Amino acid sequence: MVEDKPKQTLQNMLNDRESDPTHLLQTLIEVQQAFRYIPHDAIDRLAESLGLGRAFILGVIEFYSFLHLEPRGEYDILLSDNATDQMQGSRLLAELLSRRLAVPIGGTRGDYRVSLGYTSCTGMGDQGPAALVNGRAVTRLSSERIDRMVSLIEQALPLDQWPSELFAVTAGVKRRDIILNSDYSAGAAIRHALEHGPEALLDLLEQSGLRGCGGAGFSTGKKWRFCAGAEAAEHYVVCNADEGEPGTFKDRYLLQAHADRLFEGMTLCAAVIGARRGFLYLRGEYRYLLEPLHKTLQQRREHNLLGRSILGRQGFDFDIEIHLGAGAYICGEESALIESLEGKRGIPRNRPPFPVIQGYRGMPTVVNNVETLANAAMIAQQGAAWFRSVGTAQSPGTKLLSISGDCERPGIYEFPFGTPIGEILAACQAHHTQAVQIGGAAGRLIPATEFGRTLAFEDLATGGSFMVFNQGRELLKAIDNFSRFFSHESCGFCTPCRVGTSMLVRQLGKVMVGHATTKDLDELATLGTLMRQTSHCGLGQTAANPILDGLEKFPGIFQARLRSTSFEPAFDLDASLQEARALTGRNDPGAHLEGGGV
Amino acid sequence: MSPSFKIDGVTVPFEAGQSIMEAALAAKIYIPHLCHNPEFHPHGSCRLCCVTTDGRSVAACTTPALDGMEVANETHEITTQRRLLLKLLFVEGNHVCPACEKSGACQLQAVAYHCGMLAPEFVHFYPRRAVDASHPETIIDFNRCILCELCVRASREYDKKGVFSIGGRGIQAHLMINSPSGKLGDSRFSAADKAARVCPVGAILPKHRGYEVPIGKRLYDQESISRVGDVAAHQERDHDE
Amino acid sequence: MTNKVRIASASLAGCFGCHMSLLDIDERLIDLVAQIEFDRTPLTDIKQIGSCDVGLIEGGVCNAENVEVLKAFRRHCNILVAVGACAINGGVPAMRNQYSLAECLEEAYLSGSGIDNPQIPSDPELPLLLNQVHPVHEVVWIDYFLPGCPPSADTIFTFLDELLSGRPIQFAYRQIHYD
Ligand SMILES: Cc1cc2nc3c(=O)[nH]c(=O)nc-3n(C[C@H](O)[C@H](O)[C@H](O)COP(=O)(O)O)c2cc1C
Ligand code: SF4
Ligand code: SF4
Ligand code: SF4
Ligand code: FES
Repeated sequence: MVEDKPKQTLQNMLNDRESDPTHLLQTLIEVQQAFRYIPHDAIDRLAESLGLGRAFILGVIEFYSFLHLEPRGEYDILLSDNATDQMQGSRLLAELLSRRLAVPIGGTRGDYRVSLGYTSCTGMGDQGPAALVNGRAVTRLSSERIDRMVSLIEQALPLDQWPSELFAVTAGVKRRDIILNSDYSAGAAIRHALEHGPEALLDLLEQSGLRGCGGAGFSTGKKWRFCAGAEAAEHYVVCNADEGEPGTFKDRYLLQAHADRLFEGMTLCAAVIGARRGFLYLRGEYRYLLEPLHKTLQQRREHNLLGRSILGRQGFDFDIEIHLGAGAYICGEESALIESLEGKRGIPRNRPPFPVIQGYRGMPTVVNNVETLANAAMIAQQGAAWFRSVGTAQSPGTKLLSISGDCERPGIYEFPFGTPIGEILAACQAHHTQAVQIGGAAGRLIPATEFGRTLAFEDLATGGSFMVFNQGRELLKAIDNFSRFFSHESCGFCTPCRVGTSMLVRQLGKVMVGHATTKDLDELATLGTLMRQTSHCGLGQTAANPILDGLEKFPGIFQARLRSTSFEPAFDLDASLQEARALTGRNDPGAHLEGGGV
Repeated sequence: MSPSFKIDGVTVPFEAGQSIMEAALAAKIYIPHLCHNPEFHPHGSCRLCCVTTDGRSVAACTTPALDGMEVANETHEITTQRRLLLKLLFVEGNHVCPACEKSGACQLQAVAYHCGMLAPEFVHFYPRRAVDASHPETIIDFNRCILCELCVRASREYDKKGVFSIGGRGIQAHLMINSPSGKLGDSRFSAADKAARVCPVGAILPKHRGYEVPIGKRLYDQESISRVGDVAAHQERDHDE
Repeated sequence: MTNKVRIASASLAGCFGCHMSLLDIDERLIDLVAQIEFDRTPLTDIKQIGSCDVGLIEGGVCNAENVEVLKAFRRHCNILVAVGACAINGGVPAMRNQYSLAECLEEAYLSGSGIDNPQIPSDPELPLLLNQVHPVHEVVWIDYFLPGCPPSADTIFTFLDELLSGRPIQFAYRQIHYD
């Protein structure tokens, strides 16, 4: 049992740490991994050694879904709960697991052998339904795989002895363009920067027109220039590998197949802005990539592409650390990410100051998406004209898409910007498509009449998520799924998003069960608009997109479920007498209420 | 010439680095707010102070004033928006004003009066939240906490005690007390702390004092907060006397 | 047929304080009465509500009977008004929402102090309690809200006066309060 673990382990784990409060989150993740929860001893010891309040530490633990105050089972199973997982039958598989293992969904078995629950999209949309077992990704779940898992768990076979095919994550590239078709040559980009100097590199990036691939599309050259221009004792470069947007998995592929390009890009950035330390913020769901990534970093150190005097340049010292996330979508927002890097709750900061002026530890910091950094490396190697040879004037180059949902060939696709949606659908062999959700839950819902629109910042921008829904799908279910995702992931800082996301879920629930009227739809629209206008960060500003787009583009799916009455109660009248009936033993006609509104 | 901008057509001078809120306060123009208190770092969480400029909605308390900018504050549209935000705050907690000692001197109420909110109208959450009466001099009623984090900031920045923190996330976000038992009586909190005087609502209240000021004569009973000012400022003044 | 405005009122889970406040309108009430007539109210003998122009509801919804009365009011009134804190957000009665119904009934009828015949009443004559107290707008559509505990006589008067005269309803600062 959990408690039997020698206290010594904890002691050592904590002793290994310097007394730096920014280590809090990383230490908590280790403690969670070792003990399957954060014991109270650990909190007390951390409070003392890091000089932090107990409540502060509890606040951090409560913020991250993968940290727990109660012990989890020896096998902690979390099923990915994205709309696409559900479309692949994940909910039925969860129930199957629950029955076979005799553990409730959302609970832990009495003998602490196993816990079962749902988690936000784990980034395996092309090989789902997916799950995490003790943080390790398991893909392509089927009832057959579930049977195997159940027997492995009942045998108590340690996870590292499970058959490796359960954990196989395939690359699945289905279309390549200039980026993926080009060979990477180690150190070429860094050499370019060292030879021509930071100014030339910034010019090159600006000429290439590279824009951030995390979704917002800010000019990468400008971002680096701002940061380089900010006077400070230290500068930092951070790679955003949080990839939390439901339906996105292209960064996972890059991290798996092209980590070298990414690290090259970070080193390039370091050369330009004068950073000595860089961080890769890796979402907890991709923990399985930690080892290979560390290996790649080690190789780069051996080849003098990292470490002291990189490529022989005196004074060019730079190295990269990997920090793990712990189940919080909001930590993909760059300033929340920085808070999380500093070991805290991931609450988005106020801007200005922007991270390029005051970021990690208050120092100028570049935060870039994985793909952006990898592209920067390739541009430095191949030139700006090469990058501009495809794409549009405002959106040069290509975009990696993660395509999932109703299509025959889900996977990674590299498309030039400017490609029409219809062409993408044809490439992934999607048939009878009803709608596409572009840009993840926070993105836009596009009906078939708009498939002529194009992939581009000036038209349909996306961080990479592309989820396809055929005509057989109930879109409302997907909208409900996305809305729940946001209420689960809202950081709770600002009023409209903290309260609004939960209200939307409740209100949409009324529609789902057929108890809503047009008044309820008006309220959805009012709340959604309020959130869009007044939320503190992008999460709250986009959380109502699925509902607002649904109401605008697919009004029929809402209206089909409405009551004809003008108003319906907010709760089930008769059900709300159930407790009283049970307590009094009554069941006479007076002990019931007719449902429905007036 | 010193730089200036306009709020609802009125020219407001400002100094470089000032936020829209700071400049407005200096010019005695009221922008509704709950989480802002000029003594502490701006927070930007309640969103009551959202104004529009250049077609965008921004929080006045965290947005720097810019020369020549045109800010809309008390328009019909923005007041409607503020009423919605207030309604969200009311239904999120349990606000039984008739049973609350802060009533009449509560900033949440006062801003709601100012914005003409008649009722919360949304579906109520009725969360189950505790009352912490463990401290000899101060009581905390979590039912009324609006998560403005003023006590958090006051205790951390001013009292240097870090008595308060925030836990949970989303709708589960909640105020926490830093003590072995999680109770206020067990913490380093003292009724003389700054944190005891900053709460805009009836969540942190002194014990053993009730109805010292009769209903009808309380801070906001007769006059709008736009003229009376923040309750925290009054509490600070009372404390100094 | 008169062309007087017909008004009905009811007290659900409330304390009759709002009705007291209505009576507090004092001599101005006399002018009002010239223009209105009362249908079902606690002040009249009428048991069944008939077709009305205005319905005033005091108190929140705590039991099955409250629901029935409220729905009957909605069916019969053109304008339905939530009057007072309890109708608007459940008020003091809604403080029981902090506990389960079982906890409330056990405390009141089984384990509380001074109870001689501990049992939870189950007479079919008694309306069953809802598991939570709700504001009235969660059960029926409400056209207008008059806050206050109780709303002042002045607020109620202003409301009725402006409604009757067809002017837009506008309150002075002092007329809106939640306590
Ligand atoms: C709620 C939210 C989540 C985000 N998640 C991610 C993410 O997972 N990965 C990412 O690269 N950017 C994400 N972003 C965007 C980042 O804030 C930031 O714009 C980006 O990392 C900048 O890098 P880029 O310029 O290379 O795109 C997110 C933004 C928001 C508001
Ligand atoms: S919008 Fe949502 S996620 Fe962003 S700060 Fe506000 S509560 Fe947090
Ligand atoms: S804190 Fe303010 S709004 Fe809440 S109950 Fe007390 S007086 Fe009313
Ligand atoms: S207790 Fe008061 S000051 Fe502290 S966060 Fe809550 S409302 Fe703000
Ligand atoms: S006062 Fe500006 S957000 Fe609260």
